[in-house]
Amino acid sequence: MLKISGWSLIRLFTIMVYVFMFLPIVVVIILSFDTQQFASFPMQGFTLQWYYELAQNESIIRAFKSSIMLGALAALISTSIAIPAAMAFVRYSFRGKNSINTLLLAPIMVPEVVLGVALLLFMRWLQQPKSFAMLLLGHVMLTLPYVLLIVQARMVSINNVYEEAAKSLGANPLQTFKEVTLPLLLPAILAGMLFAFTISFDNITATLFWATAEHQTVPVRIFGMLRHSISPEINALGTVMIFFTIMTPLIAALSIRYFSRKSA
Amino acid sequence: MKKFNWQPWALLAPSVSAIFFLLVVPVLFVVVYSFWLRAPTGAVIPDFQFGNYARFFEDFFYPSILIRTIRVSLICVFLCLIFGYIPAYFFHRSKSRYRQAMILLIMLPFWISFIIRTMSWVNILGANGFVNHALMKIGLISEPLSLLYNEGAVLMGLIQFLLPFMILNIFVSLEGIDKNLLEAARSMGCNEWQAFKEVTLPLSLPGVSAGCLLVFVLTAGTYLPPMILGGAGNEMIANLIFNRVIGTLDWPFGSAISVILLILLGTIVWTYNRYLGINQLFNAFKGT
Repeated sequence: MLKISGWSLIRLFTIMVYVFMFLPIVVVIILSFDTQQFASFPMQGFTLQWYYELAQNESIIRAFKSSIMLGALAALISTSIAIPAAMAFVRYSFRGKNSINTLLLAPIMVPEVVLGVALLLFMRWLQQPKSFAMLLLGHVMLTLPYVLLIVQARMVSINNVYEEAAKSLGANPLQTFKEVTLPLLLPAILAGMLFAFTISFDNITATLFWATAEHQTVPVRIFGMLRHSISPEINALGTVMIFFTIMTPLIAALSIRYFSRKSA
Repeated sequence: MKKFNWQPWALLAPSVSAIFFLLVVPVLFVVVYSFWLRAPTGAVIPDFQFGNYARFFEDFFYPSILIRTIRVSLICVFLCLIFGYIPAYFFHRSKSRYRQAMILLIMLPFWISFIIRTMSWVNILGANGFVNHALMKIGLISEPLSLLYNEGAVLMGLIQFLLPFMILNIFVSLEGIDKNLLEAARSMGCNEWQAFKEVTLPLSLPGVSAGCLLVFVLTAGTYLPPMILGGAGNEMIANLIFNRVIGTLDWPFGSAISVILLILLGTIVWTYNRYLGINQLFNAFKGT
């Protein structure tokens, strides 16, 4: 009897944790349809007005465009430099391997404010003004460790014999990589790029240091809007973001499944 | 003598140079700047001195923010541990066929925009927010409580942000436990609770400590929740750095505070690495 009640307490607690985790998300979605000027309970009515206004808001659409562009480029660059690094870690043994691995994962452990200050300071010393390129470089640094972890984990599970077989059949290293390693790695590459895109798309603290007036990302734009008060328009924007961030991994998961089935 | 193998280094060159020039060198610049001076005109004077550090510890204002940062981080670690261990254990032991879906669902907020999730606590805790509305509706209170702009609100935002990290770390280490050990404990007469206490709990500690370290480090560097949910008097050290660098453009002082934060976190990570090994920390990410 005691065992059953213990387990149901654990289950109840877990349900409460779900409620806690999802409450802010649900409330954003609900209030985005409210007719009031300022988001508050109780709701006064249902309207799509805020979504309409959002669609008319030039600066937000521009922010979406920069965010998507930034995220896609950061994902592309960090993945393409993470793949050879993961190969080095998994397929070779060399001195200082652990230290280098830790160094490459360092951006996870260094606080974002410090990353933000440091890159800005360095660029100023180089007399480089803030620019999209600098924002992109910063985001490559932020996303690289995550991509590396994902690609490396997959690389470990790919058996070396396939590569050895290709080499023994006369393929050179580049051919081996293109014909054998890369297809096997594809799911991890897609997952890594997706993760990188989401991290870049979502990043706020470091981006606040690097963003320029003309290259504001969506979170930076939201941060600016928050100075006034929480309007239903921000909640509507939040809802769009929520669906965007839920749909991206979903679509990606399906396409990864599709690709890995094809390569299997 | 073994020939030097240049191949791994060639493969590593792009990543290592990216991190070197975007992280290592810039952080070294922060260290150098922290010893320099800011002239009344706003210009930075390259002159080695400890003035910025002295200024930080001179009166109680700045150290009190450092102490608050440490205190909030510790409370956050403790709460995340409690709110994270139980669900992680639930997932670990659950035999439901929806187990995968449940785990995926609790990780879902992790994907959703941090600023949106933080901001939404205003919708919930504000004077006209969800909680006050619900409490007044059922007649428990007649006037809205002020739930926002205090440390509790900051902690809400922080926990909502950090809990997935903790759950994932603990879950991964629970799943790594050899099931035979639990069988053995049971066959020797342990009841459910004893088996948990003697076998599961000690063997999950690496995941617990990794989760705790991650939560501490991420909380100590946090900027957004204190900014949006904390209001005046609840700043943490990241807010201080941001205000000095972007607000008053006092780069040397902002750099000195950054170095103090780095030393605090560096000491903690170094200690952790010495006793547990840093690689443990990244295991959870590999599962995602």
